[in-house]
Amino acid sequence: MAHLGINRGKHRVDPGLYALGSPDQDSPVFVTANYSPSFRALRTAVRGIDGYVLVLDTKGVNVWCAAGKGTFGTDELVLRIEQANLGGLVKHRRLILPQLGAPGVAAHEVKKRTRFKVDYGPVRAADLPRYLATGEATAEMRRVDFPLKQRLEIVPVEIVNTLIFSVVLGLPLYFAGGMLATLAALAAIFAGNVLFPALLPWLPTSNFSTKGFFLGALVAVPFAVMASLGYHGAATWQRAGWALAYLLFMPPVTAFLSLNFTGSTTFTSWSGVKREIFAYVPVMAWMFAPGLLLMGALAVAHAIGAGS
Amino acid sequence: MYEENTLRFDRELCTDCGVCLQVCPHEVFAQTHGEVEPANRSACMECGACQINCPAGAVTVESGVGCAAALMYQAVTKKKQPACGC
Repeated sequence: MAHLGINRGKHRVDPGLYALGSPDQDSPVFVTANYSPSFRALRTAVRGIDGYVLVLDTKGVNVWCAAGKGTFGTDELVLRIEQANLGGLVKHRRLILPQLGAPGVAAHEVKKRTRFKVDYGPVRAADLPRYLATGEATAEMRRVDFPLKQRLEIVPVEIVNTLIFSVVLGLPLYFAGGMLATLAALAAIFAGNVLFPALLPWLPTSNFSTKGFFLGALVAVPFAVMASLGYHGAATWQRAGWALAYLLFMPPVTAFLSLNFTGSTTFTSWSGVKREIFAYVPVMAWMFAPGLLLMGALAVAHAIGAGS
Repeated sequence: MYEENTLRFDRELCTDCGVCLQVCPHEVFAQTHGEVEPANRSACMECGACQINCPAGAVTVESGVGCAAALMYQAVTKKKQPACGC
């Protein structure tokens, strides 16, 4: 359910100190967020190791997102160290934090305030046993990638998020252009929600909007071709008009959903995304609105019997 | 991903401690013959981990969420902080 974004706020662990096995004063201390999947991943990864887990109050949000918001942060960490009296429990002065907590925590600041040295462990909890064995994270353990499996895990969320949009766009189009128009709307949305995440690394160009335009245009071509073949009694200008309407309204739908996928990725920067929004959202609007207006006009022309 | 970003590195201030290499999720920094450089600058996603962890203040980056939905929502509602649903 958490994957679908439903009841995500309920997946919480109480913040504070937890014991794994029977730890003593030399046992390692791991720090994590109070998002239960994060906590569980850590506990599973270090099964069989005696240690402590210090859970920060991130309001049930995962480590990376919470670090970005600052809730997985220096102040919260210092507070939890003091509340748990960690200095009295362990002899050493070392904390193991997930690397993705680093955007919220100033390691040198924590050291100054608590004398605890922050060591950033691997990105993925599953690499912890190897990290503990060698004492250092390899480049591969430090790298955040975004493989196909992870990209596809987001698809159900995207589909749920665009259900209303699909109906709002697809239903009126049925009355304007019949089943073909509704299918076109759904195909453009499907391309943005499913094909885009799947094909992301192989799409040309270096930003999400133009990648999306490209994909949307590919998907629009068959619809334009079908429209250009026309319906019974359609004049040439009507067939050309419908074909143009598909080419205008479909690519911006796919491009917009593709642009929104930036929020799900692990590598887009905010200044780059902002530039994209300013450069391409106007283009999307100037294709989408005329495309729909053209369709409406063609539907009206058809209804009053023009061209036949 | 994008050619340009807000990552700035001050060679004069850098003490080559290497903490930026540890915290960066995209291997932006490299250390050759002891000297740290942002060798792979365009891979930066502006998460801000290097800036907050740099004890010398040699790295600056305007960090924020690289999420179009959050940034557009922010533009529409004129809020100071982009609301990130994640």
